[in-house]
Amino acid sequence: MTNTAISVENLSKSYRLGQIGTGTFAHDLNVWWARIRGKPNPMLRIGEADHGNRDGEEIWALRDINFTVKQGEVLGIIGKNGAGKSTLLKILSRVTAPTSGKIKIKGRIASLLEVGTGFHPEMTGRENVYLNGAIMGMTRKEIDGNFDEIIDFSGVDQFIDTPVKRYSSGMYVRLAFAVAAHMNPEILVVDEVLAVGDAEFQQKCLGKMGEVAKEGRTVLFVSHNMGAIQSLCQNSLLIDEGLIVGTGKSEVIVTQYLGLISLESRTIFRTSNKDDHLWLEQIELKRNGVEPASIIQTGDHLTIHLVIKLSKPFTRLYVGVDLLDEWERLIFAFHSKEAGLIIYQEIYPELNVEIDIPQLFLLPGQFHFRVVVADRDGQLVEDVPRAVSFDIVPRDYSTHGYTFNNKHGQLFIPFRIKMTSGKNVWANEVEI
Amino acid sequence: MASTEQTKISLPADQYWDMIIEPQRRLFDLRLGELWKYRDLVMLFVRRDFVAVYKQTILGPIWYLIQPLLTTITFTVIFGNIAKLPTDGLPQFLFYMSGTVVWAYFADCLNKTSNTFVQNAGLFGKVYFPRLAVPVSILISNLIAFAIQFGFFILFVLYFAARGTALQPDWTWIAFSPVLLLMMAGLGLGLGIIVSSLTTKYRDLRFLVTFGVSLLMYATPVIYPVSSIPENFQWIILANPMTPIVEAFRYAFLGAGTVNPGHLLYSFSFMIVVVFLGSLIFNRVEQTFMDTV
Repeated sequence: MTNTAISVENLSKSYRLGQIGTGTFAHDLNVWWARIRGKPNPMLRIGEADHGNRDGEEIWALRDINFTVKQGEVLGIIGKNGAGKSTLLKILSRVTAPTSGKIKIKGRIASLLEVGTGFHPEMTGRENVYLNGAIMGMTRKEIDGNFDEIIDFSGVDQFIDTPVKRYSSGMYVRLAFAVAAHMNPEILVVDEVLAVGDAEFQQKCLGKMGEVAKEGRTVLFVSHNMGAIQSLCQNSLLIDEGLIVGTGKSEVIVTQYLGLISLESRTIFRTSNKDDHLWLEQIELKRNGVEPASIIQTGDHLTIHLVIKLSKPFTRLYVGVDLLDEWERLIFAFHSKEAGLIIYQEIYPELNVEIDIPQLFLLPGQFHFRVVVADRDGQLVEDVPRAVSFDIVPRDYSTHGYTFNNKHGQLFIPFRIKMTSGKNVWANEVEI
Repeated sequence: MASTEQTKISLPADQYWDMIIEPQRRLFDLRLGELWKYRDLVMLFVRRDFVAVYKQTILGPIWYLIQPLLTTITFTVIFGNIAKLPTDGLPQFLFYMSGTVVWAYFADCLNKTSNTFVQNAGLFGKVYFPRLAVPVSILISNLIAFAIQFGFFILFVLYFAARGTALQPDWTWIAFSPVLLLMMAGLGLGLGIIVSSLTTKYRDLRFLVTFGVSLLMYATPVIYPVSSIPENFQWIILANPMTPIVEAFRYAFLGAGTVNPGHLLYSFSFMIVVVFLGSLIFNRVEQTFMDTV
């Protein structure tokens, strides 16, 4: 029988507008005095009254949330920015109290809301390990017991007696994560920590999370990285506008989530600055030639549509679309010049670009496109660093349910594999 | 979504859980037991305070001695030699130093604890630990500073005694001095956490405190003895709960001053009320202050 690790019952959280006060005591006194005399609030900005008095109006960040997490379950929590994920985690980690409802927890809970909490720059790595560990609820003894492992995992053993202000940001994060990863809590809450550190270290972190999960401990994982959610979590929870709108198998929930956001993130529109003669007006990704999408499976057919507007005629424009991963590493540059397109005719007033990729061999992860346009002298006339971003989700390659994911690199390369032993031959072809 | 009814039925009883997060805690539920579990953290905060303050200073911890010394010299010159204020017949240097050292403990406790929430907002916003760990660690690190400074003061007392100055330390009161220290710590902590809880809403209070504390020193017998105040005005000075404490300290170690158990009892009750009120406010603010900071 599996036990429940977390039970969230009718949980709500509201933030009150106007109740925070004006910030200074004198102003609050003024407001209070005016209210007693029945006069209007003197601190209200003129014109604000037109929008209605929002004093005391409540914003519900979470509305009557109910769910349970079993011991040993790795639960993904997904949702758009501002959906209430962070509020939920803050209540879970007791940073703030709920407005109503309760959460019952079995076992020690540790959160990685942000690693390195309480690190003091003047103190050495060793001192910070102890301080950070203690802040997260470990006793001196527990840290002593794990100290060597922590240092091993972080890979900063040479500098352990150097003040952390001399550390590179990578070392800093590694040490901080190492402490957090060795807390051995029964329940681990992870929020977006994967956005920091280099790729190798991120693999380590994901590995550690998987390990924690395998040991039968409970993990709540909040991320915008759908690939990571799918490869780590059996089940997920989708939150939107403070409500749980879906629970169940991660594949299903991820699809539901991507349906929610696809309307919002597939295109960007820009209007020109006055002195711009050229600007990217629209970018759109199409999966398998038809559906606008921000979720793409490894090996899918992807089409990129760009609409570039020009306010004066240009000749010899070069258009480049760079494919970058979430750590801003260039994976490939789709450039018109190298593709042999040099246009001598005048271009005006619009340029449509279509880049067609028959099979996109990217492994799961978050990626984005950067759009650059250069004129005949090679000067950049337009540069949109994150024109559009998308997630690659895994595809099943074998009948056993195994799949290649972001643990296997970034690029998928189709291959054949054959193993022989005596008369036995096993072979398979990994293709899409 | 799982139906609420079903989940409720299948859930074990309350004692199964290790922790229940609810909207409001009971009023005086300070959870001191939890604070005790985090005692290693308190000690690490104390250590951090020491390391952080004197890293990259040339004189380092010697500053703990320079501060009271310079203040005492200044007071001796200005209030003793220029203004010629009486000192209950004690050597001016010892009189001012005793006042300065004792006052500094209270003032530092109050000033530093009153910044608890605002200064630690970043930390408090990310991880939970008993918030009381911060003010308590401040009391302890100030206590260490006080011990150093007080030891320094005792050296001067011995020096003066060796040179033949007649001092009559009162051993009964010396034995009682830890209670005086506790009272000061309580006053500093109580007022400090009240202010720090209120500064989450009103930032003005921070300025008021820094500046109010330095003014309050003049309403405390640090630079003059209570005996020098005309009888009918003494009640004003005695209304300040710090007055009996400073006088009692001085009486204990130097043998001159106005000590009255009734006044001390007043200070003690004042301290209890302040600590009580402070805990009440702190406890309430602690749970939701992240929404307002």
